[in-house]
Amino acid sequence: MSETTTDEQQHPIAIYFWVWGLLFVLSGLSYMVDYMQLQGYLRWSLILFFMFMKAGFIIAVFMHMCYERLAMTCAILIPTGCLLIFIGLMALESGYTSDTRNVYLDGAPGIMLTDSPH
Amino acid sequence: MSYEAAVDEAGRPIKIVEGLPGVVADWSSDQQAFKRVPWGKAMMWIFLLSDTFIFSIFLTSYMTVRSSTVVPWPNSSEVFALTLFGHHIPLILIAIMTFILISSSGTMAMAVKFGYEKKRKITTFLMLLTALFGASFVGMQVFEWSKLILEEGVRPWGNPMGAAQFGATFFMITGFHGFHVSVGVILLLIVARKVWTGDLENMRPGFFTGRRGGYEIVEIVGLYWHFVDLVWVFIFAFFYLW
Repeated sequence: MSETTTDEQQHPIAIYFWVWGLLFVLSGLSYMVDYMQLQGYLRWSLILFFMFMKAGFIIAVFMHMCYERLAMTCAILIPTGCLLIFIGLMALESGYTSDTRNVYLDGAPGIMLTDSPH
Repeated sequence: MSYEAAVDEAGRPIKIVEGLPGVVADWSSDQQAFKRVPWGKAMMWIFLLSDTFIFSIFLTSYMTVRSSTVVPWPNSSEVFALTLFGHHIPLILIAIMTFILISSSGTMAMAVKFGYEKKRKITTFLMLLTALFGASFVGMQVFEWSKLILEEGVRPWGNPMGAAQFGATFFMITGFHGFHVSVGVILLLIVARKVWTGDLENMRPGFFTGRRGGYEIVEIVGLYWHFVDLVWVFIFAFFYLW
């Protein structure tokens, strides 16, 4: 991306101040989600949105990822992205565990359902 | 086997070493994947990638136990509430800790910039400020833990508020993160001292190593520090706000 021949990461100080301020605002907003006791899908989508915004700015600007060469960005971000598959698998697994617990732990004693809802 | 055929990128034959020294020679062959990236920085990124996997596994196991338990999860908004000046404020300590860690990231980013400009005084000052923010973060975490353990009766195997897994995941995740912050503070102090004494300008060998360090080690310790802040972003969202 950058065409410099040096290894040094030199950027105007203003961008650090901007990102710093932005992280403060985003953290304040995500705290407000809890303070105002927003619930349900609105709460979760806002929390995730602010979280990914903050993480993105920290990685891209503070950690200089948006100035690094693509080879390194890929080497770091692609394995991290693969984690999403693992997280998805575990979400399915815990959903299944939760369902079986609800059926067999809370159900009437002695009654075994033969056809599971899933 | 004909080793003579082995050549490097420039077509020069590669010297083949046998035995244990050969293992070292092979693994440290002159091959560079990340062009114009100092080796220490590439290594720090790879370490951070492995650390990402560790923290992801912690948070994923937290997700798994929380979403599969039939016992209600303790309300973190209430568990971590504090009464300040007669007002009951939910999650306030965690919010303060978040702002402190973000501020420390801001000062660290600027320390990296001034380091490359070889402004030793301001770089040292900003790094010490970062370390101070980090130490105060750990201090608040000690306060949070002791309140939880002594007043609320939270244990890794159970708590009075709800699902038993709350304590186990909380102490594991925040404990591991707090340990990272503590190590970061020590690392910052070591590197700040090296900046202050001018070791980096004179390319004197580094701490723990005989290799010569330049100002990129400020950026490398900065990468670690930003990562610690990054992990907190996820812990804050998933553990405290969810």
